[in-house]
Amino acid sequence: MRSLASSRRAIGVAVVALIAVAATVACSSSGDSSSEAGGAYTIWDPYPQFDNGSDWVKLLTRCGTDAGVSVTRTAYDTTDLTSKALLAAQQGNSPDVLIVDNPVVSTLAEAGVLTTTEQTNVDTSAMQPNLLGAGQSGGKTYGVPIGANTLALYYNKAVLAAAGVDPSSVTDWATLTAALAKVTTAGKKGITFSAIGTEEGSFQFLPWFWGSGAQLTTLDSAEAVAGLSLWTDWLEKGYAPNSVINNTQTTSWQEFTSGQYAFAENGTWQLANAKKAGFEYGILAIPGKSGGTAPAPTGGEFVTMPVQKQTGRYAVAQKLVNCLTSSDNLLATDTTLSYIAPTDAAQAKQVASNPELKVWVDAVKAAKGRTGDNLGTKYPKISEQMWKAVQSALSGSQTPQAALGQAQAAAAAATR
Amino acid sequence: MQAATQAAAYRGGRQWAAWGFLLPLVAYLLLFYAYPLYRNLELSLRDYTVRSFVQGGAPFTGLTNYRDIVDDPTFEPALTHTVVFTVVSLGFQFAIGMALAVFFHQHFRLSATLRALFLVPWLLPLIVSSSTWSWMLNSEAGVVNTVVRALGGEPIHWLTSPGWSLASVTIANIWIGIPFNLVLLYSGLQNISPQIYEAAALDGATGWQRFRRVTFPLLRPVSAITLLLGLVYTLKVFDVIWIMTRGGPADSSTTLATWSYQLGFGSLLPQFGPGAAVGNLLIVAALAAGLAYIRVQHWQAGRA
Repeated sequence: MRSLASSRRAIGVAVVALIAVAATVACSSSGDSSSEAGGAYTIWDPYPQFDNGSDWVKLLTRCGTDAGVSVTRTAYDTTDLTSKALLAAQQGNSPDVLIVDNPVVSTLAEAGVLTTTEQTNVDTSAMQPNLLGAGQSGGKTYGVPIGANTLALYYNKAVLAAAGVDPSSVTDWATLTAALAKVTTAGKKGITFSAIGTEEGSFQFLPWFWGSGAQLTTLDSAEAVAGLSLWTDWLEKGYAPNSVINNTQTTSWQEFTSGQYAFAENGTWQLANAKKAGFEYGILAIPGKSGGTAPAPTGGEFVTMPVQKQTGRYAVAQKLVNCLTSSDNLLATDTTLSYIAPTDAAQAKQVASNPELKVWVDAVKAAKGRTGDNLGTKYPKISEQMWKAVQSALSGSQTPQAALGQAQAAAAAATR
Repeated sequence: MQAATQAAAYRGGRQWAAWGFLLPLVAYLLLFYAYPLYRNLELSLRDYTVRSFVQGGAPFTGLTNYRDIVDDPTFEPALTHTVVFTVVSLGFQFAIGMALAVFFHQHFRLSATLRALFLVPWLLPLIVSSSTWSWMLNSEAGVVNTVVRALGGEPIHWLTSPGWSLASVTIANIWIGIPFNLVLLYSGLQNISPQIYEAAALDGATGWQRFRRVTFPLLRPVSAITLLLGLVYTLKVFDVIWIMTRGGPADSSTTLATWSYQLGFGSLLPQFGPGAAVGNLLIVAALAAGLAYIRVQHWQAGRA
């Protein structure tokens, strides 16, 4: 009897054990949508930093009121949003308007989750072509950019002055490395960036990768190796801290705001924080290997309209999209997000009200979409191999040459 | 005659009532456990692309996903890391938890307060404890390296060198798991009758002998369940590793759990099939551990 009871208990334990693991692994879904054409319209965005009192949410509510509907807004962490959107589409309860990171658009389009702007009559003519490119695939456009950001080099004026470096002398890789050497000799730290093993790491590496003339289709080219060697050498010589291997762009920024670093590679969105850093800063475009501005990847989100069973909902959703991407609202939104507007008109207004943004507007004009060059859904597979190679080389487990060789082989196999 | 039908009707009613009481539980189990498990199995047996995930119609490919993940260059390191991480974590958690349990069992002053303090790691949300560890072990600004430098040592790249990353996440995980072992083993100790110790003392047993011959054997059932639950918890540890290292650098701290997440959700283009396949391997491992536990229990019960 005792053994029976205990074996029952044991089976119970085994079942609980099984379930505990299963529950963490299994996908779950949640949420429901109203099915009529009227009622509440749902908007998902990747801006959890904005609460209900923020200008962003007020804008969403106002756009809803103008369109004669109420709006239910849900904010997700940007890394969660892709899988959330795919699951919702699978369950048939996609939001009416989905604001999503630009390299995800081609993935969602591939999945058949998004409508084309042609289908829904959304006007994209005012948008700059290099920004709109990230939302296009197979000749179709799947959304409207709500704003753009990109990367540049922030520098700490005091640190550079103390080391005797003139920021205007930094025009290519050689002069940048020379500046880092001087700063390090002067007892300060050189440059911080983010080389974490996620998409963020690839995003930060791309200006150096493209800046040496490398192409995403050949990860092991001599140019690519030159780009990765630049970073690896910086780490070996102590010009960049070892912590970059684990840095997100946020933790990298925290290092820069300690006031110890001369340079930080970071994005437009840090502009508001830079003012709070408590020291004088300047901004440089990221230099190409032998001069000029390196093409940085475009960041920023797209406003998209997921496919609905009730096609009657498109008309109102389209009003919401047009409201969010109208010139005046773009200006307000991009100021809140610390982004650069995607249209010439709004950019001109931004620079007029804040001349400091000129560097960023130029950088955005020179920037390139990651999923452009017809890469589309091949980009995520290439990117994953690229960030792995960066991690292997920076942590010293492989040479840049070997790491990129392996990455190219894996990327070629994955995108075949 | 009439009484018999009444009794039968009564029994029938009771039967129905019994089923009625069971129904919510069964529905709950089916909905929240059986269905996700089934879906996970199905995901792993089909060739899902993002398109077929949403639109349906993914072709059945049998064990192709499993073959692919086993052939993947990440598989072997991930498996080795999982085994090392689990065994080392369990060993230290159990040994330290046992030592502390025996220590606190002596009921000195403040023992209750101290014991409560030892529970803190367990009460903290994992995101808090992992982020704190990650901050303490930071190569540049971490407090651990500051101490190492002050003592004249070379700073160690805890989270950013392939040689240390697995050790770092294991240390953090051991710290988090000690209270769990402490609590279970301590409650086990309280169930051992003091008379046995008294008898052992009268027979002239030393402190070590009392532990070795009395405490340890009598704690065996509690130890077994502690280790089993610990094994299941440790196999699926994901948050600690993901927050501290993202499984990196260069897969040096990737376990099956983080790899499964990486495949399914970690990149812009999710690979649900292979991700589910890795997850299922974990489930099988946990199930195997559960079955082994039952065998051991049978064997113990048979001996008793």
